[in-house]
Amino acid sequence: MMKRILAASAALAISATLAHAQEVKVGVNLPYTGIGAEFAQLIDRGMEIYLKINADKVKPYKITLIKRDAKNPGGNDARVATQELLTQDNVDILAGWVYSPNAIASAPVVNAGKKPAVIMNAGTAHITNMSQYYLRTSFSMWHAAYSMGEATAKQLKAKTAVVGYTDFPPGKDTLAAFKRSFEANGGKVIDEIPMGGAGAVPDMTPFFQRAKDKKPDVFFVFVPAGDHAAAVVKTYAALGMREAGIKLMGPGDITQDTKLQGMGDAAVGLITMHHYNADLDNAENKRFVAAWKKEYGANTTPDFMAVGGYDGMALIVHMVQQLKGKIDPEKAIAAAKTFKSNSPRGPISIDPDTRDIIMNEYLSEVVKGKDGKLMQKVIGKIDNVKDACKAQKIAPCDKGV
Amino acid sequence: MSAPAPAYENPGAQALTGRHRLRLWEPLPWLLALAFYFLFPRHLGFGTELLITVLFALSLDLALGYAGIVTLGHAAFFGAGAYTVGMLAHHGIWNEPITSLFAAAAVAAAIGFASGLVLLRTTGLTLLMLTLCTMALLEEAANLGHDWTGGFDGLTGITIPPLFGLFEFNPLFPKVQYLYILGVLLVCFVFVRTLVYSPFGQSLTGIRENTLRMHAVGAPVRTRLIVCYTISAAVAGVAGGLWAQANAYVNLSTLGLDRAATVLIILVLGGYGRLYGAFVGAVAYMVLAHFLSKLYPTAWQLGLGLMLVIIALFFRGGILGMGDVITNWLRKLRAPS
Amino acid sequence: MIENIASMLLGGMAAGMVLFIVSVGLSVTMGLMGFVNLAHGAFAMLGGYIIVLSMRHWGVGFAAALAIGFVLTAAISMVFERLLYSRLYKAGELDQVLFTIGLVFMFIAGLTVVVGPENQPVPIPAELRGQLNLGIVQYRTYSIFLIVVGIVIAVGLWLGFERTRFGAQIRAAVDNRRMAESLGINIDRLFAITFGFGSGMAAIGGGLGAEFLGLDPQYALKYLVFFLIVVSVGGLGSIFGVFWASIIIGVLDFVLKKYVPQGGTLFIYVLTIMLLLWRPQGLFGKPQ
Repeated sequence: MMKRILAASAALAISATLAHAQEVKVGVNLPYTGIGAEFAQLIDRGMEIYLKINADKVKPYKITLIKRDAKNPGGNDARVATQELLTQDNVDILAGWVYSPNAIASAPVVNAGKKPAVIMNAGTAHITNMSQYYLRTSFSMWHAAYSMGEATAKQLKAKTAVVGYTDFPPGKDTLAAFKRSFEANGGKVIDEIPMGGAGAVPDMTPFFQRAKDKKPDVFFVFVPAGDHAAAVVKTYAALGMREAGIKLMGPGDITQDTKLQGMGDAAVGLITMHHYNADLDNAENKRFVAAWKKEYGANTTPDFMAVGGYDGMALIVHMVQQLKGKIDPEKAIAAAKTFKSNSPRGPISIDPDTRDIIMNEYLSEVVKGKDGKLMQKVIGKIDNVKDACKAQKIAPCDKGV
Repeated sequence: MSAPAPAYENPGAQALTGRHRLRLWEPLPWLLALAFYFLFPRHLGFGTELLITVLFALSLDLALGYAGIVTLGHAAFFGAGAYTVGMLAHHGIWNEPITSLFAAAAVAAAIGFASGLVLLRTTGLTLLMLTLCTMALLEEAANLGHDWTGGFDGLTGITIPPLFGLFEFNPLFPKVQYLYILGVLLVCFVFVRTLVYSPFGQSLTGIRENTLRMHAVGAPVRTRLIVCYTISAAVAGVAGGLWAQANAYVNLSTLGLDRAATVLIILVLGGYGRLYGAFVGAVAYMVLAHFLSKLYPTAWQLGLGLMLVIIALFFRGGILGMGDVITNWLRKLRAPS
Repeated sequence: MIENIASMLLGGMAAGMVLFIVSVGLSVTMGLMGFVNLAHGAFAMLGGYIIVLSMRHWGVGFAAALAIGFVLTAAISMVFERLLYSRLYKAGELDQVLFTIGLVFMFIAGLTVVVGPENQPVPIPAELRGQLNLGIVQYRTYSIFLIVVGIVIAVGLWLGFERTRFGAQIRAAVDNRRMAESLGINIDRLFAITFGFGSGMAAIGGGLGAEFLGLDPQYALKYLVFFLIVVSVGGLGSIFGVFWASIIIGVLDFVLKKYVPQGGTLFIYVLTIMLLLWRPQGLFGKPQ
């Protein structure tokens, strides 16, 4: 009897603290429908998994996610979603943004609304300069591409490269970053091939044929994550470029974990530079991947987008804890600048100068694992990489708030 | 124009002569729009978007509903207007709101005139494809000319000075934008309404209903079509210009197939060739899209598809046509046969 | 040099053949029934999904999966044709556009819910991967396979169209529907079978083309414009027209992309506009 009363009062006490727990409303701006639905789901799950497996870190606060559909990369729907999250739902913190144009279009509203806004994917370098409330836990296109240029020249000892890129801002960012560091380290970019827009996957054959004709040491490709990558790997194999002695490499978008198994053996030997893959060997990542598979199915896997959402939530929880649940925007940004975390991608922190992430970049090669599945093997690492575009003040990153 | 009307006792003639008169319910949409302003101050961002869509659909109604020009590329003019306002402001050339709209209308009209001159010789699928390709061409041009247009990232840094030097545009609570757009919409609506009930507008309807007969009575069919297309383009340009001002932002979506297809769906949903179809369609579509997609994103798409199929199969006149069907039915019930 | 030209021709033709296989049904149904069927790409997508999923879940081979895709898609589309499309044959093109766009949305939402939003890779048999030596040039086996399949289908369709009784009935109905009807041709049956066959072809195109175009719920909208371009450039109701339009657009697009990649998709639109202004009825269509 006594036990029961104790248990009941404990339960009461718990529910009482829950009721009193300060609620923090996070407005999530992701394209839940349309071409970005798959990415939105990954980021969304990344956030949810964080809250689930790190419940102790969240206590005693209660984080409520209010989700709005940004629908498309058009910018406008995302801007309206941001505005309504601020004016109707009175959220304390904003989060999300898969597409760069959406983050760019939302910037004036974020500035007017004065709430911290955590970007969990959009990678165009200068976005974080557009609002002093923008924080980024995903990446800048420069993180991987700039590191890759260095590694290509130094570690892989390549002299010439052809760059193929999807013709939209992240592609151009990537080209600029790779070219700058590759040529600074003694390499030479001998051709630049824009490979169609981001909207639809083009037939890659003509572009790859052109690259093959130039006979470079490496063919560096940037395409947006998703369906483009499979087409890249297939075309590379089908045109016999490997046999012609041309190495294929790129930022990790072309070996997105969720797409890797679908690429088949053609992907073996592919070299990428990125801040995360699901095969990274560290305790935090093992915990993350295991929880993910348990929650969403053994055949699913997190990827760099999911980890952007996961770490974004870690940053949000950090701000909430530091400010004891009362989100004052200026203090929140100040608190965010002290953020350090042991992430599935390794140690990360927020650069106090740019509000962008600082993280490790991993050089990986796709190999066939013991179980016959494809996996990524780390063959090199660059520690604590900052966004070089902002660090070196290269246009358009030279202007900002 | 079909029935001989010797005297005004003839009900058909009465209907014909009286149909341009202002009807009792016509101020209603405007009162509702004002009521929205006071009742839902937190939804004005959505409200501005809605009003702009109404204006855009209205411009399409002129071309499609009245002149029967079936186009899938109307966003070309919307985007032309938006980019005109956006580029003038971004490059620091001109940014006064109202005069900028005239510039937007002029540029859109010029493109409408030039393309109409060439494209309106064709009909059916060919016209559909030509309008679509023209729009895609403009979109690609805007993408490639990123030094001027901002390309895929869009054009930011558009500062709009206060309206009449007094009323500031606030990005978070767009009260001024809402009233400003409502005013522009009213002016454009009065213009379009006057136009469609003018002899010019009547001849457009004639062309839509029977092109051959209009040729036979000696109407300059092609000239009329081109003029109508040009005016329609100008109104779409104004809508685009408003969009750029309200958002302080322009990007490629203003020129996209998504926008062109959506406005077509909205117009047909509301009922084309009826002036108010644009209002009804835009409200029905956008309110459903806005709130349903928030609750059930995938179900929204399914529901929208189902709604379109049902409208196409059973209610050809759109929502307003549905109203007609019900009114006729009620009338039949009342009238002793 | 020869090698270069040959590889461009092969690459362009392979891309063109995908367009041809998907679009040929659209051209015939549009020419025959005068129906603006924007949902044609949705049937191609549905077929692609059936093909992929039957390979994955039932473990059938590539060829068998293509056959299953053809049959199921044809059957499903015939149900749609009888129950829904047939009600709109006499309606304006605007209603047809609205109806078929509605169908597209329903297909997209349906597949997103049932299968998921992600891309579905098509597992191509090992024999079709890699490279094939053609003497003058070594080229992607799958591209050559596509070209062969495309030509076989084109010849087969042409024979069927020109040499069979059913083909003659279709041609008669395209030329003069009323006259054909008064001669005792069962137009309803003709429409249903043609529609089903065209959708089945689209299904095969969806499955074969997924290697290049990918396969996800947005497929139905993403490539619709290209299918429509091929059909309108080729001329409605002309198998010959679609075939040549596909090859011309495929090869020109390939060459321009290779040598002027900065131009993006600009060329294909300019090309279409010029061709259509020159011949509004399409290259092989009959003047209206």
